[in-house]
Amino acid sequence: MDEVIVTQGLTRRFGDKVAVDALDLRVTRGEVFGFLGPNGAGKTTTVRLLNGLLTPSAGHARVFGYDVARDATEVRRRTGVLTESPSLYENLSAYDNLAFFGTLYGVPEERLPERCRQLLDEFGLAERGDDQVGGYSKGMRQRLAIARTLLHDPQLIFFDEPTAALDPTAARMVRDLISRLAVREGRTVFLCTHNLTEAQELCSRVGVIAQGSLRAIGAPSDLARRLWQGLWVEFDLRGAPSDAVIAALDGLPVVHQHSLEQGRLLAELEAEEHIPEVVAAIVAARGRIYSVAPRQHSLEEIYFEIEAQNGAQTGGVA
Amino acid sequence: MNLNRPAIRAIMLKDLRQVTQNKMVWMPMVILPLILLVIMPLAMVLLPTYFPTSDADMQEVITMLDRAPEFMRAPLADMTPLQAYVYVAGNYMFAPMFLIVPLMVASVISADSFAGEKERKTLEALLYTPVTDMELFLGKVLAALVPALVIDLLSFVLYAVVVNAAGYRAMGRLFFPAPTWWPMVFWLAPALIAAALGATVLVSSKSKSFMQTQQISGVVVLPVVALMLGQVTGLLFLSPGLVLLIGLVVWVVGLGLVWIGARTFQRGELIARI
Ligand SMILES: Nc1ncnc2c1ncn2[C@@H]1O[C@H](COP(=O)(O)OP(=O)(O)OP(=O)(O)O)[C@@H](O)[C@H]1O
Ligand SMILES: [Mg+2]
Repeated sequence: MDEVIVTQGLTRRFGDKVAVDALDLRVTRGEVFGFLGPNGAGKTTTVRLLNGLLTPSAGHARVFGYDVARDATEVRRRTGVLTESPSLYENLSAYDNLAFFGTLYGVPEERLPERCRQLLDEFGLAERGDDQVGGYSKGMRQRLAIARTLLHDPQLIFFDEPTAALDPTAARMVRDLISRLAVREGRTVFLCTHNLTEAQELCSRVGVIAQGSLRAIGAPSDLARRLWQGLWVEFDLRGAPSDAVIAALDGLPVVHQHSLEQGRLLAELEAEEHIPEVVAAIVAARGRIYSVAPRQHSLEEIYFEIEAQNGAQTGGVA
Repeated sequence: MNLNRPAIRAIMLKDLRQVTQNKMVWMPMVILPLILLVIMPLAMVLLPTYFPTSDADMQEVITMLDRAPEFMRAPLADMTPLQAYVYVAGNYMFAPMFLIVPLMVASVISADSFAGEKERKTLEALLYTPVTDMELFLGKVLAALVPALVIDLLSFVLYAVVVNAAGYRAMGRLFFPAPTWWPMVFWLAPALIAAALGATVLVSSKSKSFMQTQQISGVVVLPVVALMLGQVTGLLFLSPGLVLLIGLVVWVVGLGLVWIGARTFQRGELIARI
């Protein structure tokens, strides 16, 4: 079974407030799925629903085939969750924190000490492992909290804004860890974030959620294709194009529009497969091309475009 | 039901460790028994023994005893006024105060265990583990129940030693405990512990902090204070039968509170209130 998370119409209300609204999601084994959304969008609530901490008001969800409302304990045996705040016992040592949670996650007693030491070592905390967590920096805490999610070797890990409180160096470290967990170790990662650069770097697929409902889902490149009909391509002609080149472009129906930006020619084409045709036309008009670069949309542009389009649909109410 | 015992034990031990590392939590548990069960009884028993002054204190005891029922007066028949005073002070005056100690231990530890976990923002990670609501609840209840019962027994032994030693000169023999103490230590005190636990669990599900929980659930101490006033003013004499009866009522209330507490202790509720 390759679908690790499947939700259908998953909904959660608090009073009249709909925190998660009819969510349909599929996350497959081994992918890093980015769950993007602004504050209050419903990310944390979704993670809680998927681990059976909250019961759905409507719809249902399966994780590893288990219904999250009925078999919540079975689900939690197989998932690791990094919560928004590290949720560590400050007056216990790092080792004792791990040992305590290890017992709750059912790590066999005889294997527990070795497992804890091994994780401390792996996360660069071995030397300070017997110190109280109260004296740890935020980055160390976050690493310890991540180590905790791995105690029972779960195949699905949820990260709820793992780098939000960290400085760039610590954030870099955490990102490397996440990508290692997924790429090298083949675990499935569900990453909640509003850091788009992070999502761009780590995620193979993203879902954009706002006000509880899913606004878009797919690989970033697919989302871009769906959002912008045409494809912008940059031609470096080392200078302004000649009138002949302009005329050639105007004569091609697959070129929707073109303009000049910082000495480069920008053309919006109908699709990627028309690039050779356009290149040929420019060359035929005696234009000299030094480079051709289709414009990639960053996840940030994608995100804001989705927001803008949704804002337009809902009458501009954010 | 198949309970995960190692997890329950781990939760209990972890909560106990939290308690031993928090001065604000364990200090009162040391100081209060010392005052109630050592210093005050010593003063009350020793002062009249070594400084036989006015008869005012004695007189108070004598008038109180005039209204006392047969079970209390019988052992006093052949005693001097001083002996009667020491016997009554040692066996009856401190009986309600003795009850406060396990009651307080139960409510302080359970407030730290239930509300403190929330206050320190460590509850959420706990809720994501595969332990069931019932296992979590049991671990936390045991963290308060076990020490409270141990303290109940230990402070009984401590008090027995203190009072017998202090009164030995006047009495010339061991005179503690009177029969009332047995149902008090083994029946009424455990019932009060259950009531304190249940009340604290319920209060902590609504409150945000250890302090707030402590203050609100401190109300369960009031019946004991009433008992104490009744005893001291001679309105109420704690006979073994009365202790059994009061214990029964407290058990019913206490177990009821614990039962409601267990039913309301659910992840969905807890996470929504974090
Ligand atoms: N227990 C609750 N009671 C009432 N409303 C709640 C509760 N939990 C969440 N909400 C509401 O549901 C909405 C979604 O909250 P959620 O915490 O899931 O958002 P989020 O995407 O994680 O936001 P953030 O980026 O700030 O963490 C918010 O409007 C929040 O106020
Ligand atoms: Mg959140």
